[in-house]
Amino acid sequence: MAQSKSNGIAGWLPIFVAAGLFVWFCQFIAPVSEGQVLRVAWDWVPSLGIALSFVIDGLSLTFALLISGIGTLVLLYSNTYLAGHPQYARFALFLTSFMLAMLGLVLADNLIALFVFWELTTITSYLLIGFGHETEKGRRSALQALFVTGAGALALLAGLIMLGITMGTFELSEILQRGDELKAHALYLPILILILCGTFTKSAQFPFHFWLPNAMAAPTPVSAFLHSATMVKAGVYLMARLHPGMAGTDVWFWTLSIAGAFTAVFASILALRQTDLKQALAYTTLMALGVLTLFLGQGSEYGMTAFVTFLIVHSLYKASLFLVVGCIDHSTGSREAGVLGGLGRAMPMTAFAAALAAISMAGLPPFLGFIGKELKYAGVLEVAGEPFVFTAALVAANALMFAVAAVVAFKPFWRPAGGALPRQPHEAPWQMWIGPVILAVLGLVFGVMPGLLQTTLVNPTVDTFLGDAGKAKELKLWAGVNLPLILSGLTIVLGLILYLVHGALRNALARIMDAGPNFDRGWDRFLKGLKGFAAWQTRTIQTGVLRWYIFATFLTVLIALGGTMIAKNAAPQTITFGDLSWKNVALMLLIVSGALLTAITRSRITAMAALGVVGIGVAMVFIVYGAPDVAITQLLVETLVVVLVAVALLRLPYLDPTGIKDVRPFDAVLALFVGLVTTLILLAVLETPLDRRLTDYFETASWPEAFGRNIVNVILVDFRALDTFGEIAVVVIAALSAYALLRTTAPKGDGK
Amino acid sequence: MEALLAITIGILVACAVYLMLARSVLRFIFGLILISNAANLIIFASGRLTNGAPPLIPEGADAPVGLVANALPQALVLTAIVIGFGLFAFALILMFRTYTTLGTLNSDDMRVAEPREGQN
Amino acid sequence: MNSIILRAGTRYLSGLLLLFSLYMLLRGHNEPGGGFIGGLIGSTGFVLYAIACGTADARKALRVQPNNIAMAGLGIALLAGIFAALFGDALFTGQWLFIGGDKDEKGLPLSTVLVFDIGVYMVVFGSIIALVFAMEEEI
Repeated sequence: MAQSKSNGIAGWLPIFVAAGLFVWFCQFIAPVSEGQVLRVAWDWVPSLGIALSFVIDGLSLTFALLISGIGTLVLLYSNTYLAGHPQYARFALFLTSFMLAMLGLVLADNLIALFVFWELTTITSYLLIGFGHETEKGRRSALQALFVTGAGALALLAGLIMLGITMGTFELSEILQRGDELKAHALYLPILILILCGTFTKSAQFPFHFWLPNAMAAPTPVSAFLHSATMVKAGVYLMARLHPGMAGTDVWFWTLSIAGAFTAVFASILALRQTDLKQALAYTTLMALGVLTLFLGQGSEYGMTAFVTFLIVHSLYKASLFLVVGCIDHSTGSREAGVLGGLGRAMPMTAFAAALAAISMAGLPPFLGFIGKELKYAGVLEVAGEPFVFTAALVAANALMFAVAAVVAFKPFWRPAGGALPRQPHEAPWQMWIGPVILAVLGLVFGVMPGLLQTTLVNPTVDTFLGDAGKAKELKLWAGVNLPLILSGLTIVLGLILYLVHGALRNALARIMDAGPNFDRGWDRFLKGLKGFAAWQTRTIQTGVLRWYIFATFLTVLIALGGTMIAKNAAPQTITFGDLSWKNVALMLLIVSGALLTAITRSRITAMAALGVVGIGVAMVFIVYGAPDVAITQLLVETLVVVLVAVALLRLPYLDPTGIKDVRPFDAVLALFVGLVTTLILLAVLETPLDRRLTDYFETASWPEAFGRNIVNVILVDFRALDTFGEIAVVVIAALSAYALLRTTAPKGDGK
Repeated sequence: MEALLAITIGILVACAVYLMLARSVLRFIFGLILISNAANLIIFASGRLTNGAPPLIPEGADAPVGLVANALPQALVLTAIVIGFGLFAFALILMFRTYTTLGTLNSDDMRVAEPREGQN
Repeated sequence: MNSIILRAGTRYLSGLLLLFSLYMLLRGHNEPGGGFIGGLIGSTGFVLYAIACGTADARKALRVQPNNIAMAGLGIALLAGIFAALFGDALFTGQWLFIGGDKDEKGLPLSTVLVFDIGVYMVVFGSIIALVFAMEEEI
């Protein structure tokens, strides 16, 4: 073991940062429990109405305390768990960045700021899952999590922007106050769907659930922190945050209730099927997220109280259990339920933490888990529609969870081992068991003294939801013999039976699961198909043939210009030829014949001469229509073009070296249409009145202000001198790069 | 007259596009020269054709006397011609260098950056 | 091209063209002409010289590297533009000095606009000659 090695400052600094944040957040408990809502804001992108604003109310404070508190314990744990790891500094950086991003996410009061933090958690989660990037599995899991949550985030971004534009503000607190307006808006449904895409992927709700168990490729502390206590709850958090403004509609209720209930049952069955302890816990996390989503579907007082209580309970016991599994793995080298056993004597502290956490998870009194479960039943019995179905689902899920808790926390410690362990078990160092013990003991303390939690976190959070702290139901261990208590009893009996038969059940489940559809393999097929499609379209579109690119470019130009002209009905109305003197007609004929000859000739010399004819024809147009400067320039440039081409032709081959005639009917058709559209556009332009404001200014200002009688030159060197400077810079760059191109000694081909 | 010029420009553009789509890069360069001529004429024609006097201010006057040609498009076209020449020269030399390196002017055979399937 | 008549004629012709190009440059503000046209005419003179007598001779006659002329021209144009900023005007605002002028007669005008046009002339002249020389030498 590498216990003796220390991670140095990279190990301790993050712990102090996290602990400091936790203490800092603790000071807000008093004001928030008195009903205050604290808000700070800085302008970020004021032109777009984006501010960096933060809000501390019951909901965000609960999350902030969970994040920083569990973060502290997890960082302390990691420092030993990964002691001496060569890349621990990287790990600590990622984990701390994640924690800060997560805090930003739950505190943000601006939709865009919230989204930025949301994506930061996605990225840091990707880096953390891929921490073991040497393995194929690690890389695949990291990418899968990134793709699934990233795709959801894109939908979320669209939804948030629509939300912001619809409501005219990106400030969450303002939007939530105008919930009725939002719910009545025509865009409510698309906004809701887009946002739920984001939250469901993030919180791994069915059918996006498959990435979460794979994310367990990350080191165990990461799983404990990200994939049970915090990040996956970001989706739940956002739904909770938007609850006051968006909940209460049928769509909201049915979508969340059905997805939540289905995920809860489905995940607990899958959890029982796992043999790897960590995987089993991963699926129970899915179950918990499903239950949380289910409760967010409604707005009853019991439901909301149950939501916040279960949120806290789950974070406490799940993080604790993950860390316990990490201890077991660290100490024995195995996480297989079938192998592990008899660890109770060797690892007393770990066993203690595991037992407390598992009892809380199973929902036995006097733990907070029991209170949470009672509230859950009370809440689900109040569900507006089909309470029976949802109650049944919840009972099934809870019973399965009871069985899983026993499998994870009872069997490895107190039942005989099922096989030889890779290493002799020994107790984990104190830095590793202290975290799970604290978390597990908290579950007991809050269970015995629920008042501690009631006033500090539960009431303010319910206040966030329902706008009245008094609406929170009381957390108590004994509420008399009522329906929830009877359901609890039923759960425990069912759970015990499930635990006793879980071996046989697991085998049966494995057979059924293997036969059914596998989302993970489906994902692989989807990715493969996507890559195949990308390769296909690259082959098809990017042929590597220059002609095709140019063809596509001109086709696009044609469609864009011609289409716009047709759509906007901008075609020229009349064509008047006006004064057609024979000089002009002859000049045009000269240009046209030169151009046509260039296009069809097979002789280089003919083409050059024909180009010269066109150039001189154009120069004559400039002369005839009063542009001597332009005409002189055109003539001189024409001369230089001929010189350069003539020099180059000395070394270049004939136009059609293979002797095949270059006739391309398709190209000709495209060319004709591009030419036609050009003519039509020019005719349409000529029909509009000429805006002479600039010309008039230049004409009247040229002499009195710029002391020049040649207006063209005055424009060039005075009025538009900056433009001209840019243009001569381009000339220099063109000349220098051409010069460099000639002077580089390239390998000579057979072109001599 | 503008209408006739517009039709001429259309034919110039058509010939230029046809040339630019050719396999031989040399033809592409010819097309480039034609299309820049056409572009210059389009700018010039958009400022309307004025038969006669160039935009000069005679001695003793503060502004042009009588009807003179539109000076603004002329200034634009003048720089466009010079820049067009720079572009042409660069393209020509690039083509020339390509030919001395690859030994072909057929753009279908220039596959260094994007080789054919299974040829890399 | 090995023609004695061409070579002998070119010596005078290209000199003449160079002189004419300067004339076009200087009159450009009031008559057709200017930096672009002047630069083009001047470069055709040297191109003719290079064709007749070879680029080696032409380079010798030019004395300065054409690339440097182009770069210097760009620098001069930029300085002429920045000069305006010294007087608190926007960049590239023309600054004028009339030597020996009075109310009616403006005298000999000197201006940053002319300096700028000289820069343009040098850029066009240098760039084109650099291109043509390099091309000729490569063949």
